[in-house]
Amino acid sequence: MSPKDGMSRRELLKRGAFGAAGLGVIGRTVDGAAELAMHAHDPMVAGTVGRVSRTGFDALSYLEQFDYGTVSTLPSGQTLREYDISAVDREIEVAPGVFYPAWTYNGQVPGPTIRATEGDRVRVRFRNLGTHAHTIHFHGFHPADMDGVFEPVLPGGSFVYEFDAEPAGLHLYHCHAVPLKKHIAKGLYGVYIVDPKTPRSAAREMVMVLNGFDTNLDGSNEVYAANTVAFAYRDNPIPMRVGELQRIYLVNVLEFDLINSMHLHANFFHVYRTGSVARPHEFTDTLMMCQGERHIIEFTYDRPGRYMFHAHQSEFAELGWMGHFQVEDPAV
Amino acid sequence: MTERRFPLWILILLPVVMLGLVVASLSQGGLLDALRRGVPPVEELTFERVVLRPGEIHVDVVNGGPDPVTVAQVMVDEAFWDFKIAPDPTIVRLGRATISVPYPWVKGEAHQVVLLSSTGLTFEHEIPVAELTPEVGPRFFGVFALIGLYVGVIPVAIGLLWYPALRRLEQRWLNFVLALTVGLLVFLGVDALHEALEAAAQVGGAFQGTMLVAVGSLGALLTIELVSRSRVRREGAQGRAAVAWLIALSIGVHNLGEGLAIGAAYALGEAALGAFLIIGFMLHNTTEGLGIVAPIARDRPAIGRLAALGLLAGAPTILGAWIGGLAYTPLFATLFLSIGAGAIAQVVIVLWRVMGDGASRFAPATAGGVLVGLLVMYATGLLVAV
Repeated sequence: MSPKDGMSRRELLKRGAFGAAGLGVIGRTVDGAAELAMHAHDPMVAGTVGRVSRTGFDALSYLEQFDYGTVSTLPSGQTLREYDISAVDREIEVAPGVFYPAWTYNGQVPGPTIRATEGDRVRVRFRNLGTHAHTIHFHGFHPADMDGVFEPVLPGGSFVYEFDAEPAGLHLYHCHAVPLKKHIAKGLYGVYIVDPKTPRSAAREMVMVLNGFDTNLDGSNEVYAANTVAFAYRDNPIPMRVGELQRIYLVNVLEFDLINSMHLHANFFHVYRTGSVARPHEFTDTLMMCQGERHIIEFTYDRPGRYMFHAHQSEFAELGWMGHFQVEDPAV
Repeated sequence: MTERRFPLWILILLPVVMLGLVVASLSQGGLLDALRRGVPPVEELTFERVVLRPGEIHVDVVNGGPDPVTVAQVMVDEAFWDFKIAPDPTIVRLGRATISVPYPWVKGEAHQVVLLSSTGLTFEHEIPVAELTPEVGPRFFGVFALIGLYVGVIPVAIGLLWYPALRRLEQRWLNFVLALTVGLLVFLGVDALHEALEAAAQVGGAFQGTMLVAVGSLGALLTIELVSRSRVRREGAQGRAAVAWLIALSIGVHNLGEGLAIGAAYALGEAALGAFLIIGFMLHNTTEGLGIVAPIARDRPAIGRLAALGLLAGAPTILGAWIGGLAYTPLFATLFLSIGAGAIAQVVIVLWRVMGDGASRFAPATAGGVLVGLLVMYATGLLVAV
């Protein structure tokens, strides 16, 4: 503080003594401090302390869990895929020891990843077991009355969404009840994949939903993540094999912040925007996404080791949207 | 009369016992739970102290809210960070905890510490200018004693040097100086009260900062009044000496509060107590010495007694600076500053009595003296402004 600030002596003292930092002094060591860290952190490294409960949402298994529905064939010969989705109020652990009163599809955030092939008939039986009116609004082609906007489903009510899976690509679904921002921020969203009739090349496939949580309800996120749990894939790195093609279905639903991004270390990836075209748009290591934007990215690691991936907004990365790939060489 | 059938103490205790029974039945039965149903817990954490060591930030927090709070995560500068918390992550009502964060803080820059509770609530604290917290040692005590000496003891001692001049003043002008002392004390009293209320705002809710100001200031006023009543009422030199002691005491308590603030500010490297500021403090506080000797100007006190009066008024600044630098908390500051305000108010009342009837109180010399006292303090206060 320089003497040119124009503060009175009293102001100066006030700022010193009663201002935000104007607290005492003198160190004493924290004897017998409760060591919360269950694993040794590197000193001076950002991250949460402790681990989320094993009984809650498992970010590693969500990563590769695809719901193809109950499959049957319609008289027309068309494949029918039926899904049951319920809106449920549930408290979820978004960082170790930090609980958020979420609204969920089937008790999890993100909801189940619905997967169908282009031209299939999709039938989603939706039940609202929550405390507010909800809907499911699917991205993709469908009739106007299947849009999940003008047909709010009241608590205790139900609705059947039925449409053909098209166009091929990577989509999402989310609640479109009002206030929209609240219903999305609370966790009502999931991924909807429509595979092209000609299958994509064989690859190890994963889903990453980029999201965040406004735990103190002040209109900005405290916790950021890929798949809900802050630092989930730093604490449990995603295993990979050298030379194996990796395909990530990347969906940004982040509320409150205008943009999000994906940055891959020591590598580049091919970008298929909205997953709706056969040829990649771009070869890069940093991809910017607004809310609702989603892309398929593909890459391969040629060398073993631990590689980081994260939002290239440093703030988001250090508030939870950061993870590791553990690449192993099967030949070694 | 039915009341006569019971001893007095039973009648006094009866409502207390009834209250106890009602409280017990409330906390045993499900009524409290029913009242709480569906309402999320009210969480409140107050930051009491921040200590910066090389590569480490320590914060002391106190739970001033009605419910326990569990600290789940710590963010520094918008990043989750490693931390330890002692004695326990769950802090009960009125409980305390110390959180240690290994963090490469940057000298001279601002940092923000946010605690994230298990329910997702955040408690935020800003370090406006990061500075290494001084360690306790001879150097610490030496530096803070020196600061207290310069801003408290020396100015008061210099003010006492007006004593020979006062002795030669006519009674009319002596009354003027006495009135000037009243103005000076009113200024200091309002200042102490203001600072006490400022500090009270930082105190955790359960500790009722503002009410603490009322209890502290009125408590001090009434206690000193009770204790000093008989001495001050004595006729002649003894009574006047008692008034002088009271003035010195009240200024001393005020200076203790001032020392607290200076100590805390200096320890954090926030207050650039340069030569200019110290000179300002000296000018401002010198008038305090004048106030002490005004009532006893005619009484030829021994030099030893003058020195004792000066020390009583000035030395607490050193003590305050030590406490402020060592263990400042808003709670202490609120308490000391309100006691100071109460002590000053009591002396103003005593002087008001001494100054005689209504006619002499509002005579030009007295009323003018009070006004000049206020103006002198305000003007020298301006000099301190940086």
